[in-house]
Amino acid sequence: MDGSSDALIEAHGLSKNYGTTQAVRDVSFRVSRGEVVGFLGPNGAGKTTTMKILTGFLRPTAGHAVLGGVDVAEDPLAAQAQLGYLPEGAPLYDEMMVVDFLRYVAELRGVAPGDRASRMRTVSERCGIVDVLGKDIVQLSKGYRQRVALAQAMLHDPDLLILDEPTSGLDPNQIIEIRQLIKDLGREKTIILSTHILPEVQATCNRILIINDGQLVADDSPEALTGQGAGAVIKLELKPASDSVTGDQVRSLLAEQPGVRAVDLLATEGDGVLRFSIRGKGSVDPREALFAAAVANQWTLLEMHRERGSLEDTFRRLTRGEAS
Amino acid sequence: MAVIWSIAKTELRAYFDSAIAYVCIGAFLGGSALVFYTILFLQGQVSMRALFMPSLISPSALLALLIPILTIRLVAEEKRTGTIELLTTFPIRDSEVVLGKFLGALGLILAALLMTLAFTFTVATLGHLDWGPVFTGYLGLILFATALTALGVMCSTLSESQIVAAVIGVFLALGLYFVDFLHVLLPSGLGSFVQTISISHHLSDLSRGVIDTRDVLYYLSVTAIALLLAERSLARSHA
Repeated sequence: MDGSSDALIEAHGLSKNYGTTQAVRDVSFRVSRGEVVGFLGPNGAGKTTTMKILTGFLRPTAGHAVLGGVDVAEDPLAAQAQLGYLPEGAPLYDEMMVVDFLRYVAELRGVAPGDRASRMRTVSERCGIVDVLGKDIVQLSKGYRQRVALAQAMLHDPDLLILDEPTSGLDPNQIIEIRQLIKDLGREKTIILSTHILPEVQATCNRILIINDGQLVADDSPEALTGQGAGAVIKLELKPASDSVTGDQVRSLLAEQPGVRAVDLLATEGDGVLRFSIRGKGSVDPREALFAAAVANQWTLLEMHRERGSLEDTFRRLTRGEAS
Repeated sequence: MAVIWSIAKTELRAYFDSAIAYVCIGAFLGGSALVFYTILFLQGQVSMRALFMPSLISPSALLALLIPILTIRLVAEEKRTGTIELLTTFPIRDSEVVLGKFLGALGLILAALLMTLAFTFTVATLGHLDWGPVFTGYLGLILFATALTALGVMCSTLSESQIVAAVIGVFLALGLYFVDFLHVLLPSGLGSFVQTISISHHLSDLSRGVIDTRDVLYYLSVTAIALLLAERSLARSHA
């Protein structure tokens, strides 16, 4: 192992063209051992293609992927031995019994014959599929299918799990269960999971990659991306003491308050009610200062609340072009 | 090696869980029995030639139709359902996948051939049986079935649509089979070329009790080339 062995995944300038369409363009990132990375992006942004390149299913048009120090293109088998993969849509052998399927995967994965039974038991318990081991896969509900697919990925106890939309098509209860499972797994394994469900990454990941139109547009912690570090947004609704006070006057007074970076007058309503959106500076919470200003100027404070910057906002901003 | 065996075993088991295997084996045995007993009772001939000799209606012609149908799901089905993505991201080679699937299907087809031994024993009990041509006849059918199975695996990698793959497979197999019957209509150069590539022509000598190395080599080469192309095609489908 060399010095860079701490990075379990290294993507170096990955590009993939399908005919004339560029599905992925020059995507580079590193994932260190122990990270749980959420791969976000609108449908068709290139998440699945990138994951397929990492798993060695697709060969990149340019660039190369390295898993645990092994170049996927140079030695696919050694690279693939390190990973567990849940492909999008959880494709499984429908006509097989769950237990036969797991045994088959154990054989193909080269799990030592003596360890197979215990590994199968462990993952079945972990994924909660003990009750369905004797069923044909075709009979399983979507939730169970997903768990069987996850069990399959964990069978050989890999350090790295690549999960493509692990919760798609599940009902809310199932989503919470799978998320919990992923969270638990994240304590011991390195995971990269793709989704377009935003709360999912906030709930499970400690790092987020956002891909749009084949390009990586963000790579940061959920905290940073939800804008909490970039200053809070305060929504303020107030009514000045007299009608002669204009919205602009109030705005400039508000802007002078400590901790305030910018003030937008959103609306002036008929009965003199003014609505503002105020952006704070850094981590300072300007609400106390705003309240004091309201008291000093005899404004009637109708509403004031701090909006938690949402990942959704960031996501929309990054994936809808710079204009918005 | 263990992986190839594991895939072969799984494919063979999948066949016995599916109706298609029973239908195809049933059609093969039923058709063969019909040919065999028709000759036995109508012509009053006790002969094994009918079993081995290529003709318009013969067990080998049935195989040329049924083997592509049987083998077509091997890879095409995995492409359609997406399980090919599991299989090719396991740390196993494409060649192992191809060989495993090939051997699994071959196992089923050899089992069907084995069942025709019933006819052989019928003949053996009814009269004197010359075992030499029976041996070479079976050798011929086995080689013939092996080559067709390999071609079937190859066609199976060509499309994710089983219908498309099956149509290609059946046309290729029946084409290679019946092209031999056209050679009399063709100018001699082309005629002998057609005989060389025909999958049924090479069965004739073997069915008469003659082992010609050219026939054996033909079947082994077709098998090897088809499997090689199957491996290439599979590798390309996820490139």
